Amino acid sequence: MGRRVERFSVPDGSPHEEGLGRRDFVKACMMAAAAVGLPASVGLQWAEAAEAGLKPSVIWLHFQECTGCTESLLRTSHPGIAELILDLISLDYCETLAAAAGYQIEDALHQAMETNAGKYVCVVEGAIPRKDGGIYCQIGGRTAIDILEDVASKAAAVVAIGSCASWGGIPSADPNPTDCAGAPQILEGTTVVTIPGCPANPYNFLGTVLQFVALGSLPALDDKGRPLFAYGRTIHEQCPRRAHFDAGRFVRQFGDEGHRLGYCLYAMGCKGPETHANCSVMSFGEIPDAWPIGVGHPCFGCTEQTVGFRKPQFEAATLPEGAVPPIHPDHRASPSAAAAGVAGLVGGAVVGAGLMASKKMSEGGSEEGSS
Amino acid sequence: MTMDRRTLLKGAAAAGAGAAALAVRPAEASSERPVAPPNAYGMLYDATRCIGCRACVTACKAANNLPGNLYDPPNDLSGDTKNIIKLYESDGEQSYMKQQCMHCIDPGCVNACMIGAFKKRELGIITWDPDRCIGCRYCQVACPYEIPKFQWDTAIPKIVKCELCHHIIVDPQTGEYKEGTQPGCCQACPKQAVIFGTYVDLLADAKQRIADHPERYYPAGDPQIFGDTEGGGTQVLYLAGVDFEKLGLPVLGDEGVAAQARSIQHGIYKGFIAPVALYGILGAVIWRNRRAEKKGGSDE
Repeated sequence: MGRRVERFSVPDGSPHEEGLGRRDFVKACMMAAAAVGLPASVGLQWAEAAEAGLKPSVIWLHFQECTGCTESLLRTSHPGIAELILDLISLDYCETLAAAAGYQIEDALHQAMETNAGKYVCVVEGAIPRKDGGIYCQIGGRTAIDILEDVASKAAAVVAIGSCASWGGIPSADPNPTDCAGAPQILEGTTVVTIPGCPANPYNFLGTVLQFVALGSLPALDDKGRPLFAYGRTIHEQCPRRAHFDAGRFVRQFGDEGHRLGYCLYAMGCKGPETHANCSVMSFGEIPDAWPIGVGHPCFGCTEQTVGFRKPQFEAATLPEGAVPPIHPDHRASPSAAAAGVAGLVGGAVVGAGLMASKKMSEGGSEEGSS
Repeated sequence: MTMDRRTLLKGAAAAGAGAAALAVRPAEASSERPVAPPNAYGMLYDATRCIGCRACVTACKAANNLPGNLYDPPNDLSGDTKNIIKLYESDGEQSYMKQQCMHCIDPGCVNACMIGAFKKRELGIITWDPDRCIGCRYCQVACPYEIPKFQWDTAIPKIVKCELCHHIIVDPQTGEYKEGTQPGCCQACPKQAVIFGTYVDLLADAKQRIADHPERYYPAGDPQIFGDTEGGGTQVLYLAGVDFEKLGLPVLGDEGVAAQARSIQHGIYKGFIAPVALYGILGAVIWRNRRAEKKGGSDE
């Protein structure tokens, strides 16, 4: 995709028919930065970099997937996809959005890789089949494994978007006919930022990618490569229905009274207690409550490798440690230092008094005996 | 049900006289195994079905009007908690556990209660009568499951334990089961992990579950129902996928603690020989000492 120097056009009849002015553009960049949790100064940096024609190159790879993650990204508004790919980044290869096809697009990929070697961001969407030499997903005669290893080897950062690219997702569900895996399993030894989700929340992706292109750093990650800002807590911890869980109010059947009253879905197999994601606090597509629990369906654990597409929908999730007391709870109260001191004094006084009393008694006894 | 001081003292005096009369008779019935009353009701808790949601804990509090913060669940049975869900977890083995009164067929607490505050009543439910209780807490010592709890933090404390929602399921006029009612916990369980029914039905149900899925239950190969024979049998039955001992249930013989206690007590007083012998010896010692003293006194 070519570099775009002129302002992007707006529909006829809009107040800014001549295009977006610099001021508006900088504002848009700052809003984009704020939306993904980055400081306003980063927005200014983007605006300046974009004006200087220094937009970071992004190569987006599609493998075994439904393109749902791209579709979600297309529906963001802060920044919108137009601002993103026209102003903030240079999307050099993306099968879904590219106008080109065939040799032309393959050529664009190779060119981008050569021109920006060691500087571009590689985004992976979709699982990678490994069975029979990986022949079940090929583009331009090359297997997904080859393409991924090739593109990732020269990338500054690799980001896996969606559960498929993060750990296999739906294509890897039992019986996993193509023996597919996520990008981290293919690229062992390389840091792969994973943004699991089915589809992934685009803001978690944008926050990560835009931080990298603006600041050159990656957010803090957990042991599965997930950014902690988005996947640091379980759904259960920030669930709007959590109070109902604590109070023991549960949906027992879809459509029952508890369901209509918005009770906890744990008894319906909700995987919130073991699924790390920020669905409840980062609205999907900016529509409040547009997520499974928000519409009355149990969380199914799409961001968690051991849960989504693995555990049956209605099987109870594993509760976090301490949610249910152990068989023999510890009822010992830890005594404070003051209490221990008082107890020591009292104990000492009792022992001393006892000694004195016995001494007196024995003296008295001997006196009696002598008389 | 209320009882004034006069009636209580009268009752105590009568009980004392009765005990003295009974004690002369030889120990009886301790060899015979007690059976559940014909209209006994109980509960069946299947730990393999429980998901640990604790809906039953909240429902119990609501049904029994017990205090407690709705959003701060209790962690053990206490003076304001009659029912609790706990979790056993070790070496990848995991099982939830529901604790409440077992409603023993031969209850230790009833046997130990000297004043008759604990009674096995309609439907075999063991209840506690606040008007009789003198607060000795012998019931706490006598219960092998450590179920009765004492309200240590109140000025007029009560003994608190599950009474199978006696006030809900028993018709006060007839003393019969009130059709269609259930204890709070059984009504609340979203997974039917704890169910309510007649003792006979529950036992049959438990046996059927074992027959249908023997691989699910402990011990492998020969699954057992806890409460079928343990401690003389209980009206609350347990099925689990792990060792019952790990779930905090005691290892009891087929004889109930009450039967054991009775055999000791009745053995001591058998034919009134031991007390007569003891007091006879004491009397002889006193008599001898007094004689010696008199002798010494006359010497001086």
